[in-house]
Amino acid sequence: MPRIVAAMSGGVDSSVAAALLAREAAVGGDEVVGVWMRTHPDRGEGWEPRRGCCSTEAADDARRVAQRIGIPFFILNVEPEFGAQVIDAFAEAYLGGTTPNPCQACNQKIKFDLLARRAVGAYGADGVATGHYARIAHRDGRWRLLRAVDEAKDQTYFLWNLDQPQLAATRFPLGEMTKPQVRQLATEMELPTAATPESQEICFVPAGDYRALLAERMAYVGESGPIVDGEGRRLGTHTGFAHYTVGQRRGLGLTASEPHYVREIRPETNEVVVGSRDDLAARGFVADARHFVAGAPPAERFEAQVRIRHRAPEVNCEVTLVGSERMVVETAEPVWAAAPGQSAVLYLGDECLGGGRIARA
Amino acid sequence: MAIYLDHAATTPLRPEVLEAMLPYLTEHFGNPSSLHAAGRRARQGLDEARETVAGVLGAKPREIVFTSGASENTSLAINGIAWAASGRGRHMVTTVIEHRAVLNTCAVLERHGFEVTYLPVDRYGQVDPDAVANAIGPHTTLVAIGYANNEVGTVQPIAQIGAICRERKVVLYTDATQAAASLALDVDSLRVDLFGIAAHKVEGPKGVGALFVRQGTNLIPQQQGGSQERQRRAGTENVAGAVGLGEALRLARADAERLAAENERQRGLRQRLTHRLEGIADGELTGHPEARLPNSVSWAFRGVEGGDLVAALDLEGVAASTGSACTSGSAEPSHVLAAMGVPSDLIRGSLRLSMGRTTTAAEIDRAADLVAASVERVRAAAQPAAADAAPAPAGA
Repeated sequence: MPRIVAAMSGGVDSSVAAALLAREAAVGGDEVVGVWMRTHPDRGEGWEPRRGCCSTEAADDARRVAQRIGIPFFILNVEPEFGAQVIDAFAEAYLGGTTPNPCQACNQKIKFDLLARRAVGAYGADGVATGHYARIAHRDGRWRLLRAVDEAKDQTYFLWNLDQPQLAATRFPLGEMTKPQVRQLATEMELPTAATPESQEICFVPAGDYRALLAERMAYVGESGPIVDGEGRRLGTHTGFAHYTVGQRRGLGLTASEPHYVREIRPETNEVVVGSRDDLAARGFVADARHFVAGAPPAERFEAQVRIRHRAPEVNCEVTLVGSERMVVETAEPVWAAAPGQSAVLYLGDECLGGGRIARA
Repeated sequence: MAIYLDHAATTPLRPEVLEAMLPYLTEHFGNPSSLHAAGRRARQGLDEARETVAGVLGAKPREIVFTSGASENTSLAINGIAWAASGRGRHMVTTVIEHRAVLNTCAVLERHGFEVTYLPVDRYGQVDPDAVANAIGPHTTLVAIGYANNEVGTVQPIAQIGAICRERKVVLYTDATQAAASLALDVDSLRVDLFGIAAHKVEGPKGVGALFVRQGTNLIPQQQGGSQERQRRAGTENVAGAVGLGEALRLARADAERLAAENERQRGLRQRLTHRLEGIADGELTGHPEARLPNSVSWAFRGVEGGDLVAALDLEGVAASTGSACTSGSAEPSHVLAAMGVPSDLIRGSLRLSMGRTTTAAEIDRAADLVAASVERVRAAAQPAAADAAPAPAGA
């Protein structure tokens, strides 16, 4: 019988996704196998485990859901791969003066690659389902990634790197639903995770403090250096360039009449460049590592909408491909704080075309 | 029909054992410490169970302490001796392949200033008795070495080690949890001073075990309270559990001929399975080829995650293990296989298949087929896929 792996985080979304599939299975759909991935280690014996989406507690929640909906449940250890491809990549991005995309990396490297391959081998499954808010459709002979019906929850920003084989083997059962509907369904189906709070923070960075992680993982403690303005005038002192993100306003310790924002990070000279809000606006940027979900770009030069941050407004743009990996994105109106390293994701109507990684200027 | 090949993790409760326990969960509910008839009746069940267990171990009933199982046995034995003898010395000897219960207990004692020597093992997982002799010093108070390893099934030369410990006047604690169903359990010929078993590995209930404490061995209890178990273990006794342990051990071991025949039968199945697994490329037996539990086959496959194999087999209806039931998704590769020097590309691909009294040759054959198919599938999926155009949905 065809089988599908439901990736379960212990949160309400993936719980409902798995439950919907289990309901289909009961009337002849694919057999469902629940899998929770261990991404980073527990604390030692006797200590209350950390909370958060990848904690042991989350594994307990996922297991309770699997029991409730009557599917087999396995824990898959992906610590080495997650450590190297998500956590280290996250830290390295900061050390390179860029802003990392851990959720995108986890989707690309872990959920839809590692898990998808393990699903075939270990679980004899044909594909993977997740609780992402996104849709998949087949149009004009290609698989398409479409925005979720619930625009506020749409997660295509983190999924732009999916390719054709992956989309063919993936299901997003929540794509047609709104978050309130998902919560309601969770309550109706009496899922133990129905009231689980929304997780916003990065699962491996407790309380959003990534400085501790840089110290622990990369032995980066930060060397203080100058905070300068666009003309190179020293305005203050920072604790280490990697502690700052483009667009950041708080924690700069500057006393000025108008607010300053981090505009650029220069690892080579350990400088943090700040500017006014207007200084961070630009009419475009260059992106590298470009990828198109359909397997090929619509054209060498095409019009689209671009999003440069999760939930940032989309902006009309013109995209011009350059070389084999880069593209120039010219926007119809200014975009603010395009941070090197972040994803620039391209849309056309309801379709997520793909995207790239914002390059350093 | 599911094929259960994880008897090293736990065994099904034998129906006769359940029968023996039931009265103590219903009508004979008394507290064995109570003076009245109900208490006396419960006490009788407990005393009879103690006699049965003592009989199987060749011990005196007063030398048997009922506990909650193997981990408690280990905690009571190691901590109990460590603290009772701490005035004489604070050094202990164990091996690198012991169960986590032993290693973690020792680690805590090290934080309290005790010194622990962890002896190496050879490639089969056996410890050298001479190494034990050499490790014992003037301040050594305890040697803790398990009878048969839970992951690879290798059996240790306990009687030889026991002789050394006896001569050097050092207490020997042996966890016999995995050995209880099949190996010789006579505490005098093994020359052990502390010897632990758990009911659920011999078709008894979970949550009950027994620790043999040789008369004259001083031991600090790890749980304070009333004077139950001759002040070795406070708390109202698990009467039904103790009865279950006694009955399970009796059924498994009272008839020596039958036990020998069953061991022989399981050894035959082990050979059969070993032979089949040898036909799968890039894998090898782990543990000792002969000095091993009759029911346990442990293997390592190159290029496979043991956990994937266990999941694959489970979904095909075969219950197996990577080697221990306690490593739910833990990142650490087996400390036992690492200590045996199993190459790193094999170490993650461990699989343990352990048989029981009800395992049949047909089940072994079917399981072997499924292992072969699963290994092949898991290996194939580990290769990066050819990124061709994806198939279109039906009707698209």
